Amino acid sequence: MAEHFTCDVLVVGSGPGGYVAAIRAGQLGLDTILVEDGRLGGTCLIRGCIPSKALIEAAEKFEQAAINASGKSEIGLVAEKPKLDFAKTIAWKDGITDKLSSGVAGLLKSASVRVISGWAVFENAKTCTVGDHKITATSVILATGSKSVELGGLPFSKNGDGPVISSTEALDLTEIPKKLAVVGAGYIGMELGIAYRKIGSDVTFIEAEKTILPGFDKQLSAPVSKWLRDHKVSVQTGSFTKSVSSKGAKHTLAYTDKNGTEAKLVCDKILITVGRRPNTEGWGLENMAVDMNGAFVKIDDKCQTAMRGVYAIGDLVGEPMLAHKASAQGEMVAEIIAGKRRTFTPAAIPAVCFSDPEIVSVGMTPANAKTAGLETVEGKFHWAANGRALTNGTADGGGFVRITARKDTGLILGIQAVGKHVSELSGEFVLAIEMNATLQDMAGTIHAHPTLSEATMEAALSALGHPLHSV
Amino acid sequence: MGQYIFKMPDIGEGVTEAEITEWHVKVGDKVEEDDPVCDAMTDKATVELTAPASGVVTSVGCAAGEIMAIGGDLIIFETDGNVESPIPTPIKMEAPKAEKPKPKPAPKLKPKAAPAPVTTSAPSSKPLASPAVRRRAEDQDIDLSLVPASGKSGQITHADLDTYSKGGGSGLQKLAGSTEIKVTGMRRIIAQRMSESKRRIPHFSYVETIDMTQIERTRVHLNSIRVDHRPKLTLMPFVMRAIVKAVKLWPQCNATFDDDANGGSGVITQHSPVHIGMAAQTPGGLMVPVVRHAEALDIWQLAVEIARIGEAAKTGSIAPAELSGSTISLTSLGKLAGIMATPVINRPEVAILCPNKIVDTPVIENGQMVVRKMMNFSTSFDHRVVDGFHAAEMVAYIKGLLEHPATLFLD
Repeated sequence: MAEHFTCDVLVVGSGPGGYVAAIRAGQLGLDTILVEDGRLGGTCLIRGCIPSKALIEAAEKFEQAAINASGKSEIGLVAEKPKLDFAKTIAWKDGITDKLSSGVAGLLKSASVRVISGWAVFENAKTCTVGDHKITATSVILATGSKSVELGGLPFSKNGDGPVISSTEALDLTEIPKKLAVVGAGYIGMELGIAYRKIGSDVTFIEAEKTILPGFDKQLSAPVSKWLRDHKVSVQTGSFTKSVSSKGAKHTLAYTDKNGTEAKLVCDKILITVGRRPNTEGWGLENMAVDMNGAFVKIDDKCQTAMRGVYAIGDLVGEPMLAHKASAQGEMVAEIIAGKRRTFTPAAIPAVCFSDPEIVSVGMTPANAKTAGLETVEGKFHWAANGRALTNGTADGGGFVRITARKDTGLILGIQAVGKHVSELSGEFVLAIEMNATLQDMAGTIHAHPTLSEATMEAALSALGHPLHSV
Repeated sequence: MGQYIFKMPDIGEGVTEAEITEWHVKVGDKVEEDDPVCDAMTDKATVELTAPASGVVTSVGCAAGEIMAIGGDLIIFETDGNVESPIPTPIKMEAPKAEKPKPKPAPKLKPKAAPAPVTTSAPSSKPLASPAVRRRAEDQDIDLSLVPASGKSGQITHADLDTYSKGGGSGLQKLAGSTEIKVTGMRRIIAQRMSESKRRIPHFSYVETIDMTQIERTRVHLNSIRVDHRPKLTLMPFVMRAIVKAVKLWPQCNATFDDDANGGSGVITQHSPVHIGMAAQTPGGLMVPVVRHAEALDIWQLAVEIARIGEAAKTGSIAPAELSGSTISLTSLGKLAGIMATPVINRPEVAILCPNKIVDTPVIENGQMVVRKMMNFSTSFDHRVVDGFHAAEMVAYIKGLLEHPATLFLD
């Protein structure tokens, strides 16, 4: 039956931006409606961050087992050749996303948020229809997220059963592709490509830029490049794909390599990870009188759009397209609507790539600082000199922690790291920057031994000119 | 072996040259493709140039700190293969997207500020404070850029915020912000007319001192013997009377100048009636109500009319016709009056007169110091129409009239 709902806050999209905004709005006593067409949790929970981490973890465990079986285990583990029940892996991953999605439903319910399932179409800035229903809100939070960019000449296969797939389908394959082409060696492609390599795919990267992981500097991506070389992953940089042709189950990807030569690659699946673009079509955005900023919705430092009472957050509003940025914006916008004074002015937003080894970047890199005209000091500490890293495999990959600080005050401007497990260090990095920590603060904080976190302290000591465990 | 000439690439945005601030390679160095070779600085940005090919540097185009023109030979490499030197093409400052196949690889130029998936505020440009301090400041509506920081690296602490919100001990606080006011209505008209006047009219100002002792004595006397049906006299009716007499002799000052007419050469119209505009401050802004036919009004009638139109302008009951048609204007700041002014001519008129404050002043008279009531009389004239000599003559005449009150009433 058609109903007309009214509410204080209407949130469109239940990803990490939208559902957090709705929970916070509900907590603050605002009558809140959340509209979601798919499953609660959005890209992050259902087809992004979380399922990809599940796959990456499974792949890592399988690779370790395979090393043990090969007799090359340095630890001395001897085991039979492992087998991966891939269907079970995918089911395990689905179990995790199910658990999280129903967890989100529970949180929304306890915050008294009404969830309406369906596709919202706005007829004006404050009114939308969802199926037969109409919703009118005082404030609107747009959190419609983003989707994978399609390449000309390589359209995504319908229903995901053809050769050309996006990251969404790559997380739901029924069998492991023997030969996998990954177009785009950014962080999404790198994470998935490495995971599939570990579970047995023959992986080739095709990247238009000169380097892999163009978002990170060369020092940070070098250990990943080494991993790819060691694992016989082919990387074609400076290359551009053209088309795909299929003969039965055999697919041939045509591309131009860095010398301008035409080349061909036979593969089972072609994973396109060349970026994501905001979801701005098909839901009446054009009826809302908001301004655009290129492909994104234009906002100010309160996430307010050009239309009064309409806010936009997350991937819809631009880089960095990261879940934790969306959540922070969502929480803030709910508080603004509830009458609090807030602005979105983080000192840093951490970026993590779950490649092998992992990369973390927080704040300025040495190159950023130089561009900003700052006089800086830099300190670096390699895993090879960290006890814990030697015992848990982190030292094998050739990584490090690097700190950049102001020369005059020692104020820490940025911290980056590359190595296994370093994603878990990101919290200390970003806290240091938010709290305006100096090199002396970092060096003067006792870090537990033996842990990877000691390397951060050592990098600070190194920047101060008196490292204890390196020369 | 081949030779590869790396020409200074076009950094875009209309830049024609760049300063090479630093070389990362020198002659004889073996360079791999994509290695940084130098930093180039334009007035827009500093970019790191990277080697377009692998090879040995055989020559560099300039020393560090020198300017290189776009397209100049930056580096000559000796290469292994037959790598051709491409013609430099304009480079976009964004990293190219991997969406479309490109026939040729783009030249090897990367902006230094690589679009990493990280946003950072430049800590030098924003006040340093922890998230909790920032949130407290937001809650209390305090602009952190105004709060003195005591932290060792310049960060604002909770204690700094306490001190600031208590007024920093002195009760004085810096303020931030500004108010934008759209110029509409009367303010817009005032703004337009003032700028038109100043833009079109070459003003000159002239100031004379007038001894007002006699006329003040006369005025006070007349007020002291005033009968009820007569108004109280201010100085204005006397000044108007002087103006009426003066412009008879200097008619070029009781005129309007239409400087657009006559094909742009302009037409001066000298007027027989003396309609005196009286600049008046009203709640809405400056208005100039007009005392019409001042030549036909005696001192009492002038006083009545001045009071009437002044009041009508202030209350807004004045008729539009009473706000136009003046032939000369008078402006006075009343009790403020000042010591002098450079009044702006009420276009298309050509003269404006401004009596200033009357001040008891020691004056030497016959070798004796006496106290006289002295007043400055400021004037502005349109120099296209009124010559300085004539203006000075007329002001001297007015001075004579006001210093010898009887002459005001004699023909």
